[in-house]
This record gives sequence, structure tokens and C-alpha cells, in this order.
Amino acid sequence: MIYEFSWSAFLIFAFFVAVVLGLSFYLGRRAKSAQGFFAAHGQVNWFVNGVAFAGDYLSAASFLGICGMIAWYGYDGFLYSIGYLAGWIVALFVIAEPIKRLGRFTFTDALDSRFNSRAIKLTAAISTLVVSTFYLIPQMVGAGTLIQPLLGFSYTTGVVLVGVVVILIVVTAGMVSTTWVQFIKGSLLVVFCTVLTIMILRRGLTVSAPSQPQTVVKTADGRTLINGMRQGDLPQGKNDLEPVGKVLALPNGQTSTGPLGPLKFLATLQGSKVETWTRKDVTTGDVTTTVYTPVARDGSELLTPGGSPTFKGVRSAKLTDKLDFLSLMLALFCGTASLPHILIRYYTVKDQAAARKSTVVGIASIGFFYILTLFLGLGAMTSGAMDVTNNNMAAPLLARSFSQTLFAIISAIAFTTVLGTVSGLILAASGAVAHDLATNSFRLAHHENSQVNFAKVAAVVVGVIAMILGIIFRDFNVSFLVGWAFNVAASANLPSLVMLLFWKRTTSAGIAAAISAGIISSLGWILLSGQAYKDIYHLDPSRAIVPFSQPGLVTIPLGFVVLIVVSLLTHRPRGVLDESPQP
Amino acid sequence: MVKESDASDSSQRGPVERHNARIGMALFLIYVLLYAGFMGLSAFAPQVMSQTAVGGANVAIIYGLGLILAAVVLALIYTVVCRGGER
Repeated sequence: MIYEFSWSAFLIFAFFVAVVLGLSFYLGRRAKSAQGFFAAHGQVNWFVNGVAFAGDYLSAASFLGICGMIAWYGYDGFLYSIGYLAGWIVALFVIAEPIKRLGRFTFTDALDSRFNSRAIKLTAAISTLVVSTFYLIPQMVGAGTLIQPLLGFSYTTGVVLVGVVVILIVVTAGMVSTTWVQFIKGSLLVVFCTVLTIMILRRGLTVSAPSQPQTVVKTADGRTLINGMRQGDLPQGKNDLEPVGKVLALPNGQTSTGPLGPLKFLATLQGSKVETWTRKDVTTGDVTTTVYTPVARDGSELLTPGGSPTFKGVRSAKLTDKLDFLSLMLALFCGTASLPHILIRYYTVKDQAAARKSTVVGIASIGFFYILTLFLGLGAMTSGAMDVTNNNMAAPLLARSFSQTLFAIISAIAFTTVLGTVSGLILAASGAVAHDLATNSFRLAHHENSQVNFAKVAAVVVGVIAMILGIIFRDFNVSFLVGWAFNVAASANLPSLVMLLFWKRTTSAGIAAAISAGIISSLGWILLSGQAYKDIYHLDPSRAIVPFSQPGLVTIPLGFVVLIVVSLLTHRPRGVLDESPQP
Repeated sequence: MVKESDASDSSQRGPVERHNARIGMALFLIYVLLYAGFMGLSAFAPQVMSQTAVGGANVAIIYGLGLILAAVVLALIYTVVCRGGER
């Protein structure tokens, strides 16, 4: 579809950037110490921290990706909502209070709190960098991909804009400014998604006539033909793809429902017929033809799991397909509480009670948002406004079906979701480099000031690397990288965090070995999986070496086993002193 | 200098921390059962998920929304029952 530059979206986004940068420079003087830069002096109010958790966690993948997946495939996008939220239960009940009690600036501090082991610092810092990089790449690619339809700029402009703004946010005031950016973003996201959901329910559902198939032809000389004619302005008007997303039939022969309650909306859709689309690409020489075909499907089928390529294993008869599904859901459950950029937020509040309360606020806001994603996705599915070529645009286009102003606001918010998450990721990576490696492992930063300077330089370097990776990975399918991040985090970090808390015989060698084994095994499994064969090597996925693509089901237990075995082998009886280097 | 044998956090916790950890673990196990039930039904009994449950919506919708609401409710219970942690 043709997207036109929207001054209102640009001005709202520019206003938001101006506010957060102004705030960052204003707050800069409060973050001169290491405690200020990494942990906002531990003075952040628990409620603010709770909403900032939401701003940190709810990335563009959550907002645009899940809504788009629900709009396209129905229930399956909601499986991500369920898994992402469930992970917070591990964070609250198992991790939150101990990690606050044991750590100072990074989750490595907590893991290493009883040992002072260089091996733990090194492996945990590497794990932080690996997980944060996997998480960063899709955010940067998302920024570049979205800025064109949302704000009208080029891909590279989007990546560079996000990189520069985030570097400024982090370098000026570290965690102080990052907290406020995430708080503002989290609040805006929840409030405006609530507004959008209320509008969807008030509009209800209306029957439309079925659509015709649509074709997009990319010619050898770079032209785009839509249904046989040039895309764009023609003498007889504008030629473009028809927006999609229709209800074909409602229960009891109704043509329009009028306003609906939340449960009634879902039940009505379940009894309706909805138009969805299939896509087929045919390449002949230099010409690529894409045919989009409408399919009438029962709402009851769309509102049960297993309709998308990602979760088709649910409906498969093969056990390995089912294990793939269970493995992904396990990684989502275990990964959240092991994500370094989430864990560092626990050091911004003053005590364990505040850590606990802020997690509850986080769970309430994130849970509420994820419930809204179901209505936003299904609202987009039936809005008559979707772009058949780009399901990531489902939520903003849904907003446009109500008003241009709402589209501008949602577009600006969508882009700012990237800023909030990327700030947290760059701060986590900068903490790993400056605090865990430069200061604690290699003793390069001897004073607090030099540690903060190290962190600022690290933030710039990580930010620049993120921009470069964002540009390099432009044409890759990066959506699975977030899944990688969850799998590596869950396999490498969770066994160590949990066993440190609950098993007395855990040793520093056991932790370092478990982190290393978790990183290597989960990455190795992923690189040998059918998904990597298909998306990276472009080979037949059935030739993959491992039986299913998602590693968590194997590599998370493996992390526990490695930790236990190595700890038992290296355990010394009481009274024998650790030989680890001391400060 | 640190003894490896004193490594576990559990040996460092006071009574308040132990009380909170016990409650946390009990609530965690409740949620694990709910979550595992959902995943088990989805993978091994998908026909149950399409049956109508409450208000005309199917089991998949009600169970999925219920999992999110259960997380919020258990979190609230945890904050009410937990003690201490203030500095």
C-alpha cells in the first residue's frame, strides 16, 4: 500500500523526542556517579518503576508484531501474549527480591555476590551482551522498516534516528533518563491501546461483501503493478491495493451488531465468518508476481491455537511438532526473568519491598496490555483497513480506520516503543562492559568517574554497533531473533539464578559452566534447527540435524544438569577457602 | 574470603525472606500448574480448546484470558501476604 508522509505523526513523534531529550539533559547532572548512572541512585518510586517495566518490556514486537499476528492468523498471536506475561510470574515469585538483595548494578553482581569469581563475571557479561544483541537487532530493523509507513522517512534514517536518540538518552543520564522514557512510553501505550479497544467495542462488527483476489507484480525495470495497472496516481484516479479485513457473515443473519461488550465481541466473532488472505509468490525471470487470495474462514477456527506457521505444531499429529510448540512456550516462561535489561530495573528501587510492589504494577500493566492485544488484533482483522502486504501495520491502520489523528498518535507511539526498549538494552550492554568487564574483571576503571565514563563510551559503541547491525540485517527475517534472545537467556541465566538461590552446594565453577553451556547449547541447537536451515541457509528444513527448532525444552534442563554436576565436582567441604581472585 | 560451601542464598536468608520465599514458591507452583494445563490442552487435546465455555466464548479464549488475570491476582495475593523487605 502507498503510505503518505503524515505531518501530524511526525510532529507528535518529534514532540515526544524533544521531551525525552530535554528531560535527559535536565536529569544529566543527577547521574554523575556510578550509582546514579546504572541504578538511578536506587531512588525510583516503585509505581514509576512498575510502569517503566512495561515500557522496557513491551517492544515493537509486542505491540505491532502480536497485533499483526492476531489480525492475520487469529488466536496464535495471543499465545505470545500469554507466554510473555507468564514469564513475569517467575520474575516476581522467584527472582525479584533475591536479585535486589544480592546485586548492585547488574545481574552479574547478584550471581557473583557470594564468590567474587572472574569466570562468573566474564561468562555472565558475555551472556548479557549476546542476549542484548539478539534483542537489539530486531528492534533496530523494526525501527527502519516501520519509519517509512509510519513517518515517511527512509529505512536508514529510521535506524540512525533511533540509534542517535537512544545514545543521547543513555549517555546524558543513564538509568535516570531511561526510566522516564520507559515510564512515559509504557503509560502512553497502555492508555492509547485502551482508547482504541473502547472504540473497537463501540463500533461492533459489520458485514461486508467478499473481496476479489489482488496481485502485485514487480517488473524487471523496478515498476510495481497492482492488479495489472501501475501503482500510484493515474489519470482516472489512484491505483493501489484494496485495504482488507472483513466480516462476511454474523450469527443469526445480522448485518451489524452495534456496540458490544468485551466477551460478547469475542463470542460474536467466534460465530461469524471472517475473510482472511493467503499469499503466493511466483518468480518468472526478473518478474515476481504475488497473488493474494481471500479465504472465508469460521471465527471458531480463527479463535483456537494452531492457525499460524509459528504454532502449526499444535494441530500437527507429529510429536516433534508439539514439542517445538511446548519448547517455545517454556522459553517464553523462563526467559523473561533472565533478560538482563529487565533485571537491571530491580536496582533502581530502594529495597526488596519496592522491588516486589513494582513487579506487581509491571504485571498488572503488562497483563492489561496483553489482554488489549487480543481486541486490537481482532479489531484490525475486522476493520476493513489492513494492508495485505504488511501485517505489522495492523494496529496503526486500525487506528486510521477511526481517525487520522488517532493514526498519527498510534504511529508516533509505535515508533517510541522502539526508543524505550532500545534504551534499556543499550544500558544493560553498557553495564556489562563497563561494570562487569572493565571495572570488576579487568580492573581498567579504578574510580567511579572512570567507570561512568567507560559506561558512556560503551553505550556509544554499542549504539553504533546496533545501528550497523540494523542496516546489515535489513533484508533478513529477524523476527525469530527475539525468540533466540529468550531461549539463550532462559538456558544460560535462569539455571544459575535459581540454583544460587535454592541449592547450597552451588559453586562458582558450576555457575560459570552452566552459563557457558547454556549459551553454546542453545545457540548451537538454533543454528542446527529447521528454522535456521530455512531462514538463514535457505536449505530444506527437513534436513535439519535437531528434531525441532526451539531449544528451550532441552537446553534449559541441560543448564541445570551442568550446574549440578560441575558444582558437585568442584564442591569443597566447609572451611576450605575459595581460591577465586579477591579484590 | 568466601567459603564455597556457604554459596547458596538460602543459607543467607533471614526468617522474613524465608517466609516470603515459601509463599512465592507456593504461588509459583499454582501458576505452573495452570500454565502447564493450558499448554497440555493446546498440544494434546486441541478439541477441548474449541468447546464453548463462558459467555459464548470458547475454552481457548477463557483459559488464555484467565491465565493473564490469574497472574495479576496471584501477584496481588503475594503483595498482601508478604512481609518486610523495607529499608
